[in-house]
Amino acid sequence: MTAPVIFDPHSLPSDDNVNKYTFCVELKSSQWFLQKGKMIAYYGRIEFNGIGHGRLDRLLRTSFHSPLHAGDWVVADGSGKMLLADRAFDVNSYDLDDGNLTIRSGNLLAYQPSLALKQSIVPGFLTLIGTGKFVAASNGPVVFMEPPIRVDPQALVGWADCPSPCHHYDHGYMTGVLGGIRSLTGLGGTSGEEHQFEFVGAGTVLLQSTEVLMAEQATGQVASEPGVPGGGQGAPGQAGAAPRLPGQLGDLQRRFGL
Amino acid sequence: MFRLQGSKVLAVDMTGDAVKAKNGSMVAYDGQMAFKKMTGGGEGLRGMVTRRLTGEQMTVMEVKGHGTCYFADRASEINLVNLDGDKLYVESSNLLATDAGLRTGTTFTGLRGASQGNGLFTTTIEGRGQAAIMSDGPAVVLRVSGQYPLSVDPGAYIAHQGNLRQSFQSGVTFRTFLGEGSGEAFQIRFEGEGLVYVQPSERNTIGGDV
Repeated sequence: MTAPVIFDPHSLPSDDNVNKYTFCVELKSSQWFLQKGKMIAYYGRIEFNGIGHGRLDRLLRTSFHSPLHAGDWVVADGSGKMLLADRAFDVNSYDLDDGNLTIRSGNLLAYQPSLALKQSIVPGFLTLIGTGKFVAASNGPVVFMEPPIRVDPQALVGWADCPSPCHHYDHGYMTGVLGGIRSLTGLGGTSGEEHQFEFVGAGTVLLQSTEVLMAEQATGQVASEPGVPGGGQGAPGQAGAAPRLPGQLGDLQRRFGL
Repeated sequence: MFRLQGSKVLAVDMTGDAVKAKNGSMVAYDGQMAFKKMTGGGEGLRGMVTRRLTGEQMTVMEVKGHGTCYFADRASEINLVNLDGDKLYVESSNLLATDAGLRTGTTFTGLRGASQGNGLFTTTIEGRGQAAIMSDGPAVVLRVSGQYPLSVDPGAYIAHQGNLRQSFQSGVTFRTFLGEGSGEAFQIRFEGEGLVYVQPSERNTIGGDV
């Protein structure tokens, strides 16, 4: 029997993976942003505060730019070592050096406050801008690809720098009478691959190695303004958030920083 | 003799001795094996009644024979634990197999169990020998010493061994009730000397959304 590795605060890595599924963050009276409920254990003195905490308002202003989505994020503050994991999915850290990266909201686990998080114009995606480290989860290891490339919508994790994301349809297969019958009835066989995302331009595209999607994290509704994609759909508020207790003002409250 | 065949299959080499394993977890064997269901986990009538009352039910079989027997359960990751006279605390649902010589029992865990959503009681294993516990994703083993207490999310906790005190730590503030909770409102704090096993995944717990 091989003895399992036993970790203590000294042998745990600093800002690196413990194993493929667990990531260790070292805090030296510094802060990290993390998604709610992804901390599994910690040594030392670390406080977890929901965003919207008055003391953290300044930090929020510089590195958090989707106020309506703030409820899903927590700031870890203090000194010690903290382990992060997400449903036994692969976890990896990435360094951004004065760069930008857009990622599916459900995949982003944690990031350093030196990065700024903003909602992407593409609904359901978030963009990180600046210099720093972030941690992302994926179902299976992440593969990096160079555009031009067409990818399956379910396998897309994100993209860095400036490729242009657009839809691509296999028109030859989908149009016409036969194509209509195929897509409506499934007769004649649909391969499930008639629709892809196409990326062109300079940059990197990140893919996960399965087509199992990570649960979406609400990114918050954008204002209903003409010209804003995804704006003004449905009721304002966060689908999938915990039911609101009586007396809670929810989004309004967040907007006014209570 | 326990060993891992890959990370999700437990292989036990036996020469006439016996192991206790979760009922139905055998996937293959070679040699001569006899499987016998142990009513009440082999803890006698009292143990059986205790388990029924505490909700820590486990159906256990005894495997005895010569050869190698392979165990696995729902592709869970398996972690081997060596016990040298100390006590291992584990949820019955995370226990796969133990040496037959180890004593098993139930114990009261207090509030921790309630926060995990799997009852107020847990299973203990005591003696000298080996045990195999299951986790969702490979477990990380963390040492707790006097200087370094450890806080663990109830949903990620699977087992601990050694001389540890556990207390329940709550970060619930008025903000939680305003809907600005941190999602990390409840933790179990371990102090003393020992090891804690955590899995890289969280069960759904009552405290999870707060």
